[in-house]
Amino acid sequence: METETRDITITDIRKLLDEVTDPEIPVISIHDLGVLRDVRKEGDTFVITITPTYSGCPAMDMITLNIHGKLRAHHIPHFKVETQLAPAWTTDWMTDEGKRKLKEFGITPPMGSKGSEDLINRHPPCPFCNSENTELVSAFGSTACKALFRCRDCSEPFDYFKCH
Amino acid sequence: MHGDNTTDYLLFLADSSLIMGQRLSEWTGHGPMLEQDIAITNISLDTIGQARYFYQLAAKRQNEKAGGSEVTEDTLAYLRDAHQYRNLLLTELPNGDWGQTILKIYFYANWQKLIYGKLIYTSDKDIAAIADKALKEVQYHVNWSSDWVKRLGDGTAESHERMERALEYLWPYTGEMFMETDYESPQFERDKDFSLDTIRKEWTEEVYHTLQEATLTLPQADTFMHKGGKKGVHTEYLGYILAEMQFLQRAYPGCEW
Repeated sequence: METETRDITITDIRKLLDEVTDPEIPVISIHDLGVLRDVRKEGDTFVITITPTYSGCPAMDMITLNIHGKLRAHHIPHFKVETQLAPAWTTDWMTDEGKRKLKEFGITPPMGSKGSEDLINRHPPCPFCNSENTELVSAFGSTACKALFRCRDCSEPFDYFKCH
Repeated sequence: MHGDNTTDYLLFLADSSLIMGQRLSEWTGHGPMLEQDIAITNISLDTIGQARYFYQLAAKRQNEKAGGSEVTEDTLAYLRDAHQYRNLLLTELPNGDWGQTILKIYFYANWQKLIYGKLIYTSDKDIAAIADKALKEVQYHVNWSSDWVKRLGDGTAESHERMERALEYLWPYTGEMFMETDYESPQFERDKDFSLDTIRKEWTEEVYHTLQEATLTLPQADTFMHKGGKKGVHTEYLGYILAEMQFLQRAYPGCEW
């Protein structure tokens, strides 16, 4: 049975989308990540706008697919997902809740404001022991959005979410 | 081929980034150490991602003009032959050793940084949006590759010698980046401050600075330079890249994962 579109609100859609997570970081929703830019209604159709984190990020196709899956499973009859490039995604759009969840997951959230940064002179705190005695291993990590660091105190390697 | 300047320019940007990324992807699993293997494949992923946006936009513009929908990012990447590709010759050259690949990335990323840095102000909002996105990524490529150029150039006797050889080989392919073609000029006319000559000066200054720090011999700026890529006249290497990259779509048209 299909639900009538007029009974569904944008808030309902947003609630459902809160359950769509980043496929690489399953603890953080696309809203917390700042990838979900807008939900609006055009006539009968909900238009969901997402923005990519990095150009080559393979997660974008997966996220689009997961949004379709989630909304279809809840019998949302009319919707479309649009990708928008401008303004370009920045880590500033990540919510505080998102940053907290990232740290819990073992990834140090982005520090400071957007813009390219001098990674070598940066010491993001270790997500495991909070020490700032850390060093850069590589500016490129396990995914396009992360850099690889090492903690000199607890010796754990860890991912740092790069500022953009 | 398409006769539309903006579309040709988009294809030039897309093809250059795609071929760059495709070439770099050959390093996957072959990097000198795990972290650097990951770095170079990340850079490859970034450039292929940038190529996708330019192809998507080129496809959209071509379809709007023709009133159809048959052109897609995939038909542009997989179903055009070597003479239709506009990529810079630099991007199709073989990777060579690690040093040669690094130097190629450095030359290309620096050029991208300057071009995208100007394109973010272009009146074409779609192009500006892609440039804005790509610029942030390219900055990381510049930082990473310039570090390596210095480390290898000012490294051991062997690494220095290899970098000198790489420089001698790659330098004559850098001039093409600044030779203006007919499809590029209109992009620049729209933006008064945009000139390839200015870009060339900025690029050379920055590259000389890094090469100097790397204790490498500064090449002559006015030496012989290869050209042709922007016009579809390529080295023999491009055909082999396309043969490998396009095989699946040529053999099994429309095949999907």
